[in-house]
Amino acid sequence: MLSDELISKINKEKTKYPIARAAVKSALRYAQEEHGWISEEVVRDVAEVLNLETIQVFEIATFYDLFYTEPVGKYQLRVCTNVSCMLRDSDSVVSHIQKKLDIKTGETTADGKFTLFEVECLGACGGAPMMMVGNEFYENLEPDTIDSIIEKLGASE
Amino acid sequence: MATIEIDGKSLEVENGTMIIKAADEAGIYIPRFCYHEKLSIAANCRMCMVDIEKAPKPMPACATPVADGMKISTLSERAVEAQKGTMEFLLINHPLDCPICDQGGECPLQDQALGYGKDVSRFTEKKRVVEDKDIGPLIATAMTRCIHCTRCVRFGQEVAGIMEMGGTGRGEHMEITTFLGGSIDSEVSGNMIDLCPVGALTSKPYRYSARSWELQNHDAVSPHDCVGANLHIQTLRNEVKRIVPRDNSAVNECWISDRDRFGYEAVNSPERLTQPMLKSGDHWEVTDWKTAFSKVVQGLQTEINSAGPEGVAALISPLATNEEGYLFQKLLRSMDCDNIDHRLRQVDFLADSQQNLYSGAELPLEKLSTISSVLLVGSNIRKEQPLLGLKLRAASLGGSKIYAINSLDYHFNFKLDGALIVEPSTVPAALAGVALDVSRIVGTDLPEQFSAWAQLGGNRDVYSDIAEVLVADSAESLIILGDSCRQHPHYSVILAISNWIREVCGVKRIDLHEANGVGLTQNGCVPKNSENNALNLVSNPRSAYLLYGLDCVEDSIYGNVLEDSLKKANFVVSFSAFKSESMNHADVVLPITPYTECSGHFTNVEGMTQRSNAAALPRGEARPGWKVLRVLANQLSLSGFDFVDLNDVNSEMENTISEKPFEYPHDIEITLPDKHNGQDSNKLFHRIMDVPIYRVDPLVRRATALQKTADNSIRPIAGLNVEQAREFTLRDGTLMNVVTPEGNGISIQVQADNRVPVNCIYIPAGYIETAPLGVATHLTLEEV
Ligand code: SF4
Ligand code: FES
Ligand code: FES
Repeated sequence: MLSDELISKINKEKTKYPIARAAVKSALRYAQEEHGWISEEVVRDVAEVLNLETIQVFEIATFYDLFYTEPVGKYQLRVCTNVSCMLRDSDSVVSHIQKKLDIKTGETTADGKFTLFEVECLGACGGAPMMMVGNEFYENLEPDTIDSIIEKLGASE
Repeated sequence: MATIEIDGKSLEVENGTMIIKAADEAGIYIPRFCYHEKLSIAANCRMCMVDIEKAPKPMPACATPVADGMKISTLSERAVEAQKGTMEFLLINHPLDCPICDQGGECPLQDQALGYGKDVSRFTEKKRVVEDKDIGPLIATAMTRCIHCTRCVRFGQEVAGIMEMGGTGRGEHMEITTFLGGSIDSEVSGNMIDLCPVGALTSKPYRYSARSWELQNHDAVSPHDCVGANLHIQTLRNEVKRIVPRDNSAVNECWISDRDRFGYEAVNSPERLTQPMLKSGDHWEVTDWKTAFSKVVQGLQTEINSAGPEGVAALISPLATNEEGYLFQKLLRSMDCDNIDHRLRQVDFLADSQQNLYSGAELPLEKLSTISSVLLVGSNIRKEQPLLGLKLRAASLGGSKIYAINSLDYHFNFKLDGALIVEPSTVPAALAGVALDVSRIVGTDLPEQFSAWAQLGGNRDVYSDIAEVLVADSAESLIILGDSCRQHPHYSVILAISNWIREVCGVKRIDLHEANGVGLTQNGCVPKNSENNALNLVSNPRSAYLLYGLDCVEDSIYGNVLEDSLKKANFVVSFSAFKSESMNHADVVLPITPYTECSGHFTNVEGMTQRSNAAALPRGEARPGWKVLRVLANQLSLSGFDFVDLNDVNSEMENTISEKPFEYPHDIEITLPDKHNGQDSNKLFHRIMDVPIYRVDPLVRRATALQKTADNSIRPIAGLNVEQAREFTLRDGTLMNVVTPEGNGISIQVQADNRVPVNCIYIPAGYIETAPLGVATHLTLEEV
């Protein structure tokens, strides 16, 4: 189920460490890039490529928040609700998104596009309230900036 | 060496020793959960906090190495405060359900909570709850009780060699579990029950059946394999409730196999025989001992009068104790009969006819974990002798090289440095190939009689690899012959070649045995005249048979032939603890007791004789075998059977049986390879046989939980090479007909099996269903 390209990437990671177990994290990262989330099959296949027990891979997949062991939307909206953002009313950012997309925190929209997460401080307190989507930071959020971000992302394929 | 001080006591310890170990050795108590002497250090429970002078904070004793001049206190205010603090944290999420927990009364958490816990909890929030997992028929789980010490995880990863448990998630969400709730399939999984310091992992068969403080402890020895693991059999009101390990660093350390631990279920099974029985017509009648004995005496005397003592054959299970074996053979020999054997899974007795074979392990078993190289021949040691498998795993982790010549590509719990997987008939040839390379290295000629075999073995790189490794450090090297060698039609060839290698380069040897094989051989349960070996006794029908502790069909690889001979015989006596198929052919059944109700000695493969004590009184009218044999001999008016107790038997054995050293003869005249060894017709498959771990003896076959494990299938399943399986349309549960050249056939479920080499079919023995194939080495295969 893993592509050949992915397998060769994983094999390359393996050579970087003295033990195969150390390569699990990067292997899972590549696998998640390809598959969107870490399914049971992905765990099995990664374990096979690295010659590890499935549980050894699963331990790591469940340890890190950014590995998804359940399907998630194409875009994950990570709204910071830590102190600085909270003081700048991140609560209303969250509720605005919830209302707009008709999902609760942790849920995915029916069209599979968006998943909403609340996260801890992302180190961008100067631009609070903020959220992260993919590798992008969006700061000083207001209801209409949020709307336009979501609409822009939703329109893209 | 470092000089340290713990609680004012000055100690000299090796540099690098952890404080907890130094304290243990000095008898100073430090509380702990995650630390275990046989496991790596995790230091994750924080219970072992001690106060070290000049250290800024309390330190974990299990992960802090000693340093010269260290002053440690386990009792200072700071240490005790830290320990109490840890305990309070551990109890935050623990359910404190001791009254309904099987671990209650033998629980380190319970004990230490008493010592370090508060009377009243300050925690008023909700406790977390963790779903229980179903991890198979042997281990019950209550995961809310888990304190995440990871002992079970480390045991799987380090000792057992398959990591089945792991810790998923983190923080509040961490759970100890298997991948997607799969089952735990290790053959030594029960040890996790002992390791778990709380009641998260407990024994499923024992669940809720007793409290630990009510149990009585009895020292016993496991009869299931040739290791002789030391056991505590624990009983309540005369019923065996469970079995746990008894530490013995020379044998089993602190581990036992699941077979040792859960095999006891058989002794409480409804299949137990509790009364003597007589066949009358086609049904069984319960009788008393007196009548049963007189029937046996009468039957035996009639047969001896008409056919002579030669007409009687006696077959004994390798699970019997030394005393039972000794008296059984003494009874036979007092009647001038030499027809006695326990080797019902051996076919080639050629070596035996030239040498009185008596061999075992040439080195102490504890040495196995530090040996430098091993060649395994015809052995699935992991399932045949699970505890020796663990020792080889330890050796392999320590850097020793392990090679295997096998017919199935077994999944070992250690790494193989090289393996040769060939059809059974080529195994001796491959060994001869190794011998040839050994002869080149040490500069001697390969004996003439091996050359045909070496030729057949051809040239392979792995031969020279193995030869070089064996010779390089020969005193620390080892050749192990396993069960498949014993069952091999050319066992004598394998013996001769491996013993020759030993002779010329000095490697050590181990011949693995079934159960108490060494003890029974030593005590006379082999014929003096090798013509009277088990195969002959079975295949040339006798007029009377005495079967001792056997389910004749499953306990012999030629059970089919034995069954025919029993049908032809005039008089058959079965000494048995269980009702079985073999009863159908008997005239009298005498109920004897299994090892849990019978004291005696077992001798392990190393030659170490250990006493096993009866843990319970005999069920019903059943009696320990040695007593039955004694009375029977008296009834037969044989002299020399006036024993009052077991000690009498023992002292006679000591006086009459001289302790022989093991021998590894190589000057055995051997046979040439079979003519049509190759494939004369491509429709013939080589048959690969072994006896699966939970089919080996009458006890495990009746141990319900073991029967439900992944290592066992209730009905036999044949395996075909993956490539060749494609030629057939195999689906789950596809039945195929396998037929011997003589035309005996069975239909059996066949599946693709990645362990099977080409042109071979794997068919397990130890099943009634596969018995009709006997020891046929070639089979044809047809779709149904
Ligand atoms: S199940 Fe038992 S042994 Fe395993 S981590 Fe939990 S407490 Fe430790
Ligand atoms: S608190 Fe939100 S970015 Fe730091
Ligand atoms: S025993 Fe030392 S931290 Fe667990």
